[in-house]
Amino acid sequence: MTATMRPQISACPACSAAPAAEALAEQAAQKDARIALSLPSIHCSACIVAVEQALKKVPGVESARVNLTLKRATIEAAPEVMPDQLIEVLDKIGYEAHELDAGTLSATQTDRAGRELLMRLAVAGFAMMNVMLLSVSVWSGAADATRDMFHWISAAITLPTIAFSAQPFFRNAWAVLKHGHLNMDVPISLAILLAVVTSLWETTLSGEHAYFDAALALTFFLLAGRYLDHRTRAIARSAAEELAALEVPRAIRIEDGDEVQVPAAQLAIGDIILVRPGGRMPVDGEIVEGHSEIDRSLLTGETLPVFGGPGQGVSAGEVNLTGPLKIRATAVGEETSLHRMADLVAIAESGRSRYTSLADKAAKLYAPGVHILSALSFVGWYLYTFDVRTALNIAAAVLIITCPCALGLAVPAVTTAASGRLFRKGMLIKHSTALERLAQVDTVVFDKTGTLTAGTPELMNLDQVSSRDVSIALALAEGSSHPLSRALVAAARAKGFAPEEVEGVTEVPGYGAKGMWQGREVYLGRAAWVGADPISRTAAWLKVGDETPQAFEFMDKLREGAEQAVASLIAGGKDVYLMSGDTTPAVEEMAARLGIPHWLAEALPADKAARVQAMSAEGKHVLMVGDGLNDTAALAAAHVSISPASALDAARVASDIVLLGGDLSPIGEAVQTAGSAIRRIKENFRIATLYNIIAVPLAVAGLATPLIAALAMSASSITVSLNALRLR
Amino acid sequence: MNILMILIPISLILGGFGLLFFIFTVRTNQYEDPEGDAQRILSGEYDDKPKQ
Repeated sequence: MTATMRPQISACPACSAAPAAEALAEQAAQKDARIALSLPSIHCSACIVAVEQALKKVPGVESARVNLTLKRATIEAAPEVMPDQLIEVLDKIGYEAHELDAGTLSATQTDRAGRELLMRLAVAGFAMMNVMLLSVSVWSGAADATRDMFHWISAAITLPTIAFSAQPFFRNAWAVLKHGHLNMDVPISLAILLAVVTSLWETTLSGEHAYFDAALALTFFLLAGRYLDHRTRAIARSAAEELAALEVPRAIRIEDGDEVQVPAAQLAIGDIILVRPGGRMPVDGEIVEGHSEIDRSLLTGETLPVFGGPGQGVSAGEVNLTGPLKIRATAVGEETSLHRMADLVAIAESGRSRYTSLADKAAKLYAPGVHILSALSFVGWYLYTFDVRTALNIAAAVLIITCPCALGLAVPAVTTAASGRLFRKGMLIKHSTALERLAQVDTVVFDKTGTLTAGTPELMNLDQVSSRDVSIALALAEGSSHPLSRALVAAARAKGFAPEEVEGVTEVPGYGAKGMWQGREVYLGRAAWVGADPISRTAAWLKVGDETPQAFEFMDKLREGAEQAVASLIAGGKDVYLMSGDTTPAVEEMAARLGIPHWLAEALPADKAARVQAMSAEGKHVLMVGDGLNDTAALAAAHVSISPASALDAARVASDIVLLGGDLSPIGEAVQTAGSAIRRIKENFRIATLYNIIAVPLAVAGLATPLIAALAMSASSITVSLNALRLR
Repeated sequence: MNILMILIPISLILGGFGLLFFIFTVRTNQYEDPEGDAQRILSGEYDDKPKQ
């Protein structure tokens, strides 16, 4: 990872004024090769120990530390230790692992904003406890000089604390007011400031009531809400960045016969680019040299690899399967079909950002209401008594009591609990309103290839093939890295077949493999190559001498949990659709296998997005689950979207929720969890309103004391938090 | 009431210690992995000395 490729470390302008930390991080990175792995399946103390011990046994590894909260391991190792090697070690002991870009991670490791909030929260909590101690003495009867002294000490603690801890509210409120808008931070800031000012005034006049404790409690509870909110989002964001760090776009350019690795962004039209087997096309282009098979599933959803030879066009994002290919770039950067797809996403996305969260809706009703109520009580009391001091005291009491302590906690406490629960199941909530939108879902659209299926083929007809043919095919397939060959080898080995002796096995890129068996030529490969009639299913054909070719039929392997996910969604009363770019028989078969009632085959990316948009126009709330480039527009157009971690970058960016493991079954549960989360949030709003209905008339009538304010505030905040915890 | 002159500063100082310790724990990244720390205590692996 070079310094130029590292993204800007901070999100806010103020934080980028900390180059020292950046330099420090760089030094650390140079001293030790740091490897970061994402471990979606770890969950217990036994996993931590197993993973750490397995990693430490690898020669060259100095230390390994698992972070269970982030489901991530950081490893300090000698530079020659390769991440692939570690992933293999973990795979052997049964843990799924993915490499993460350590450079991108260092940006998220020191979460400045979170730490700052925590510090403010701690200071507010400390001050609140001390002032509360003094206030309790006042409430229980301290009078005269003692009361004044307590008030002065409270003031001495409160003023600096408010100046430090309440800054985020003041800053936000100021920023919003400058633009002539209102948000929750405005009544909050006003309540805190008014409480401090009136209390100071009362204290100088030896008054009876001071609200220092209320101002601090307000700050503390609201900061707690902010911190929870921030933490949930920071975990989601850092993990989402990790996912983005999985692919570094690089390409091999042929320059005067030499192979040079360059960033994909530097490619120009006319460049000759080498794409090795297993590599992804970096640009649109035309094959100039080599034969191979090309997997287009991420772009089109087709499962059958396409044959590729000189003169054929390829699109960025397709995967080269068997032989090395040299391609001449015909479109680069924003001209590629990959980017045109991204434009579709941008158009679709602008339609979705209109969703307003429950918290925003509440704030819109709430903020003006509070101000009007407080202003009215000030005016009313002033006209009644012609005493500014009384009127101001009552206005402050109204603001403090109505202040959205419980409201500030109502949403973050629930979303933290819900996201935490889903994260433990292997789902990452990327978008802050994703849960709310997920709760409204009544229609679910699945993509087929790569989403419901794992993208790896499975041999279907092993029992119908003679054992001699299986053994010959096994011998031919063993040397190949083609997905069909590997599936054949895995299936045959699992049944205990041993390979026949086949001599001179050679792989013919794009066609298959051939060799000599007992003096006869044997072929394993494409239908046309061995002279067989193609069938509708994916198949590899074995031809022994002049015998009729024998087909090995393959079907896409279902992703783990696909059946449960579909079943639980249908049981939950959702309409389930299957939309795929694959051929009609393949899609029909998959729909029948999973019991999905509605399906659409041979759908172009724009078709998918249009169908999803049409459903939305009918008033349906669509959940789209997809992984490919052909799904991105539909993902963005849907009300809420989920993509697996194996999905293309663009698809993950367009979706609200990412499935971290290979298992699909959490989807059904996520919809239920989202539903109950929204119920809790609404309950919390009701609880908060109930407290206000009781306490506000007291405050307006001038009967509220600091004791009543403190009780109402703490009681409502604690009830709301406990209610949220029921979700865990 | 003179006792207050002693008790109040004492309570503030003790509370201040608590705050300082908390700030120390935040600075040394002790809240990075709350779930992992909760699970690690269950394993016999680190009984003799805490893992750095």
